[in-house]
Formats: sequence, structure tokens, C-alpha cells
Amino acid sequence: MAVEDIGSGCSSSGDQEFHVLAVDDSIIDRKVIERLLKISCCKVTAVDSGSRALQYLGIDGERSSLEFDELKVNLIITDYSMPGMTGYELLKKIKGSTKLRQIPVVIMSSENILARIDRCLEEGAEDFLMKPVQLSDVERLRDFMLRGGEEERELGRKRKTPDDSCDCRPLRKRPTPLATACSSTFRALEEPVIVHES
Amino acid sequence: MQRQLANMKQTLFDQGYLDEQFIQLEELQDDANPNFVEEVVTLYYRDSARLIQNIEQALEKSPLDFSKLECLMHQFKGSSSSIGAKRVKSECTQFKEHCRVGNADGCKRTFQQLKKEYATLKKKVEVYFQFARQIGPVEKACRSK
Repeated sequence: MAVEDIGSGCSSSGDQEFHVLAVDDSIIDRKVIERLLKISCCKVTAVDSGSRALQYLGIDGERSSLEFDELKVNLIITDYSMPGMTGYELLKKIKGSTKLRQIPVVIMSSENILARIDRCLEEGAEDFLMKPVQLSDVERLRDFMLRGGEEERELGRKRKTPDDSCDCRPLRKRPTPLATACSSTFRALEEPVIVHES
Repeated sequence: MQRQLANMKQTLFDQGYLDEQFIQLEELQDDANPNFVEEVVTLYYRDSARLIQNIEQALEKSPLDFSKLECLMHQFKGSSSSIGAKRVKSECTQFKEHCRVGNADGCKRTFQQLKKEYATLKKKVEVYFQFARQIGPVEKACRSK
């Protein structure tokens, strides 16, 4: 959908752009998150449901691996409460897919329910943001994603779930625990998600 | 003129019609997107009209399906929260609480109040945006980048 580069303050070249797939059934929230991401110099694709997100990601096998490489989704940010497929269900499908599980997923919700947050983090969500999401949340998210390096990726691969010794629970909206080494699967900009497996 | 606009906005805040989220949205405006807030609010009123209608219809059923009502109201509350519609959001919260305890009269009463707040806010922000447009984008673009 919305893939134009706004140009204000964004100096990244085309293929270095951080591509975010935003999933939300609310047209208002999609508009806002899209704007937040564009200001943070991300390329944005916004869809209105989990099933459309999976279609876009090619999980139903319709998209060729060549097309998928070009998509290079670096982050998925999804609402929790959506009709049909919830954000949690979408998260499970993504983490259950060999093609897609390395794409970090962030959940957004208007409800601060600890059990919900725990469930999402345990399933491999990178973070859990309270709605309404603000620019500072998105900027912090982007900075954290861009800073990630080999070390954190290795760390992530060794751990499937967050380490008990770290406080990975976003008990309140700010600050959220992104700046820990507990993120499970994680990809930096330089390494796009590759579809074909050896 | 600028001061008048600022005062208008301050009044909306003081009277509890809008909250911090509205300011957050204004901060997303720039030269290329000087009317972002107005666009979002317009979209809100267009989109939520449908939700209001659905809730209205659901409230006419007997007995009430509280679960469905709560679900509809959750969506409406979410959008209202996203634009900073403080009073509307507060009515939504009350409505959801009535659903939770199965209070049909409470739901109907609160819904009437909600519609009043919703309509009042619409008029007030329309005036605000109209005035803002007259002034032009000089001070509206808060983002320096």
C-alpha cells in the first residue's frame, strides 16, 4: 500500500530502507501507525488483517521466492485484538513458519493485561506496545532494530524464549524492555529474510 | 490569530474534550503533511458512524447481546483513544463496564451520553480546524525535520 518515501529527514537509499509490515483492522490506527513509521524513516506496508498479512508475506505459498526477497520485511507490527485472526494467532503462525520466524514481531494493544503480554512474549514477540502508540515508541523500536548486530543475533539463536534473569516484561508502556539481549529471533537490516532453504 | 487558535485548543483541553494524544498527532504534522490531524479526525468521524449505527441496532435487540456490544464498543473506544477524544473515550469505558455486568439500562443511558459527547466534539473540532486552515500552515508544522 503506502510505500512512498516522504523524504523529510530520511536519508537512506532505497534498498537500505527498513521495511515494516503494519497490521491493524482499524483504519484510523493504520493511518496513525503508518505516519509514525514514515516519520521514523521506515518503508511501510499496512494491511487490515492477519490473513492479509500472511498473504503478503507469502506464507500461503502463492508468492515466489524471488518476489519475497524483494519484499524484505524487517519488522511486523500488529494489533492484538482483530476479528478473524488475532495478533497473537498471527504471531504464532509467523513464528511457526521456517520462512518467516526470524522476522521480529511487535504486538500493540490498548489493554494492559499481563497474561496477554506474557503469552505474546513467550511466543516470541519482540515487544508489546500499549496503544495509542507514540512516536517515541516507534523511534526506540527502530533504533533498537537497527543497532542489532551479530552478537545479538547469535544470542537470540541460542535462546528460544527470554532468559529468566532478564526482566523482559513490559509492565508499563514506557519504558519497554527492548534494550535487553533477550530478543529471540532478530534480523538486522543487512540480512534480509531469505525464503529458499538449503 | 495564532493566540486565538492556541486558546481554542487550550479550552478544548481544559474542558476535557481532548487529551495528550491529540498533541501527539499534531507533532506528526510537517510541511508535507500539514493537515494530518484533520485527516485523521475526519476519518474517525466517517469510520465511527458505521460503528455507532451497529451499536444502535444491537441495542434494539432483546435481550441484549452484551458480548457483541462490548466488542463493538472496544473498537469504538480504540479509535476514540487514537484521536485523543477524552470524553468520548470515558463514555466508552463506562459503556463497556455496563456490558460487563449486564446492565442494559446503563448501556442505553451511557450510549445516549456518548452520542452527545461525540457530536459536541465534532462541532468543536470542526471550528478548530476551520480556524486553523484560515491561519494557514505557518505555525502548524511543528516538525523541523
